[in-house]
Amino acid sequence: MNKLNGIKLRHDKGTKDCETTEFPLPKSVVVPMSQHMGAPCECIVNKGDTVTVGQKIGDTDAFMSAPIHSPVSGTVTDITDFLLANGATCKAVVIESDGEQRVCPDVAPPEINDTQSLIAAVRESGLTGLGGAGFPTHIKLNYDPVKTPVDTLIINAAECEPYITSDYREMLESPTDVIEGILMVQKYLGIPLCKFCIEDNKPEAIKLMKEKTEEIRSIDIVTLKSSYPQGAEKVIVYSATGRIVEEGELPVHQGVIVMNVSTVASIYRYARTGMPLVSRRITIAGDAVTKNAGNYFVPIGTRVSELLEYCGATEAKKVLYGGPMMGICLYDTEQPIIKNNNAVLAFKEGKMPETTACIRCGKCVRTCPFNLMPVAIESAYKAKDVEELKRLKVTLCMNCGCCSYACPAHRPLAEINQLAKMLIPRK
Amino acid sequence: MKGLYVSPSPHRAADNSTAKVMMMVIIALIPAAMAGCVFFGARAALIMSVCIVSCVVFEALCRIIMKKEQTVSDLSAIVTGLLLGMNLPATVPVYVAVIGSFVAIVIVKQLFGGIGQNFANPAITARIVLMLSFTSYMSNNWAVPYWYSDLVDAKTGATPLAAEWLTYTENGVNYKMAPFTLGEMFFGETGGCIGETCAAALIAGGLFLIIIRVISPATPIAFIGSFALLTFLYTGSGTETLYGVLAGGLLIGAFFMATDYATTPITTKGKIIFGIGCGVITFVIRSFGSYPEGVSFSILIMNLLTPYIDKLTRTVPFGAKKAERSGK
Ligand code: SF4
Ligand code: SF4
Repeated sequence: MNKLNGIKLRHDKGTKDCETTEFPLPKSVVVPMSQHMGAPCECIVNKGDTVTVGQKIGDTDAFMSAPIHSPVSGTVTDITDFLLANGATCKAVVIESDGEQRVCPDVAPPEINDTQSLIAAVRESGLTGLGGAGFPTHIKLNYDPVKTPVDTLIINAAECEPYITSDYREMLESPTDVIEGILMVQKYLGIPLCKFCIEDNKPEAIKLMKEKTEEIRSIDIVTLKSSYPQGAEKVIVYSATGRIVEEGELPVHQGVIVMNVSTVASIYRYARTGMPLVSRRITIAGDAVTKNAGNYFVPIGTRVSELLEYCGATEAKKVLYGGPMMGICLYDTEQPIIKNNNAVLAFKEGKMPETTACIRCGKCVRTCPFNLMPVAIESAYKAKDVEELKRLKVTLCMNCGCCSYACPAHRPLAEINQLAKMLIPRK
Repeated sequence: MKGLYVSPSPHRAADNSTAKVMMMVIIALIPAAMAGCVFFGARAALIMSVCIVSCVVFEALCRIIMKKEQTVSDLSAIVTGLLLGMNLPATVPVYVAVIGSFVAIVIVKQLFGGIGQNFANPAITARIVLMLSFTSYMSNNWAVPYWYSDLVDAKTGATPLAAEWLTYTENGVNYKMAPFTLGEMFFGETGGCIGETCAAALIAGGLFLIIIRVISPATPIAFIGSFALLTFLYTGSGTETLYGVLAGGLLIGAFFMATDYATTPITTKGKIIFGIGCGVITFVIRSFGSYPEGVSFSILIMNLLTPYIDKLTRTVPFGAKKAERSGK
């Protein structure tokens, strides 16, 4: 098998057997108008408006975007400026729930019978990549089949971050949605082959998916070695197909598109029900969680503080959106769950080990999946040597954190790489 | 909820530290150091202790005087002291050991900024400085395993490399006989520096470090391999080749000094070049030079070339556009 460098992590997937349940409906939700990569949405409701579940509350004409829908029924009590955990600001709609969860009359299964209607439906569903960066799904599907023909759909079910089990539960609990979603994408986009990639630490999921696809020739279940960051896009493309997504390219330039397993299942769910993306499966875990660790369907916009309270994690010293390797720290637990959060982790210990001087051991170089040289990048960054940073290809760094993790001197190499990238003028 | 820690990802770190790495190196050196004590007696223990203590004291003082954070707890000064001690004959006066430690820690390491910043291996450089300044202590008067010291034979007072090979003619054929048997060389019953004679212990320590991935096998394989190949081609004798590998600090050099992180290349390609360079230079000095011992010089010379090797052996980033790949 094609193998890039990486690291072995403790899996800590203690919630893997926790069946997903509905999270108690919050009294109010905060729905930011930017939950995806690309342009934020315009808010299309006003203070005082009554809204229903699935009603569109934000949209834009911008190409790179995805509409946003109300996760609850109730009243818009405020439209505020909101500071997101990633540092960006946008408008956010505060909705007080009336507890009835009345469904919007517009919610009806869409008619999908060709490529364009599939893409239009996916856009209307508000779907973005559920696994990571929040790339609007309809844009990923809307490639030009002449310029960049695609022959392989890669389903990313690696879930290589510790603790998180939401994709795993998706496979076990809704295998039909997953497989029908894949078949729909293959059918309407004309993609002959699907490589469904699962890490070998999830044997139950591999077994189930193999059973369910026994009759389906176009879906190939690929068992990947469990290694971090196996689920990173360029890594999984290489592991599954041996193709190298070069600098400045997207996977589609190599004839593949990569979709997260929960994302593809959501396409089918939308086709089946017409209910846009208004809630999602979240893993709540971490050593500060004292009760109810597990997987939940959480309405978008639910404040993290409610999750922490429900799980007895109010004493946490560090709270993350996402996994321990690439997750973002919350500075304030009033932040809401947004579309691309797959986990909320709460930890008792927040401090990282002290940084000491680099001993030039080369571990950072040996663990980098992209063969970058973080030790050299750090020196070049300190010297503000932009040309050297370009030669070292710091822009390829995906911030996976393997280098920082492995460094015996605990140098914040991944962070330095992100700072170094900013020194390089964009073309 | 307030007062949360906010830090950039990743939020996990491997259970490792500089001190742990150094501890592993110390553990790997202990068998050879103990063998030195067995063969050279209490004085060997004394010299190694003096080196360790003075290295630690010099390191602590340097950091205090330079008003930098204290680094004694990273154990690197202990490694340097131990290595230096193992690279001295047990017979050196104590003050020579202290001077060596001063050179290693103060001049070679701390003046260049401390751990990771020095360009030459502290213990090697100190050994060379002592060899040039105290030549008589460092080479003429080699320590002998103590149970030989009252015997008068060819073994007395010479390292395997400096000792004359015995030549004799029998039935018209010339024979060369090594002053020590290969078995003696393997277990370390020869003259030499405290820690360099016991091949068995050095190999065990080196393998240990390779297995726990503290050092890469590339350097020792390239070093020993290229030296052995050249020696074999030059002498045509397997015994002499083996003899050369086991003698004169080649093993301690290849496993413990040529693998020093700070002063050797980072990438595997670089390590191979470094190792081959060391092997070739050692061979040349031993075969054609006036010093019997080439290992220290070879490593020092390659230390000086390391920044250039590093520049030439950068990794090729995954997916980097070919036309503008890094390196030049
Ligand atoms: S892993 Fe850390 S100590 Fe080792 S070379 Fe890289 S930055 Fe330096
Ligand atoms: S964070 Fe960047 S440099 Fe570090 S291992 Fe990941 S890709 Fe390589």
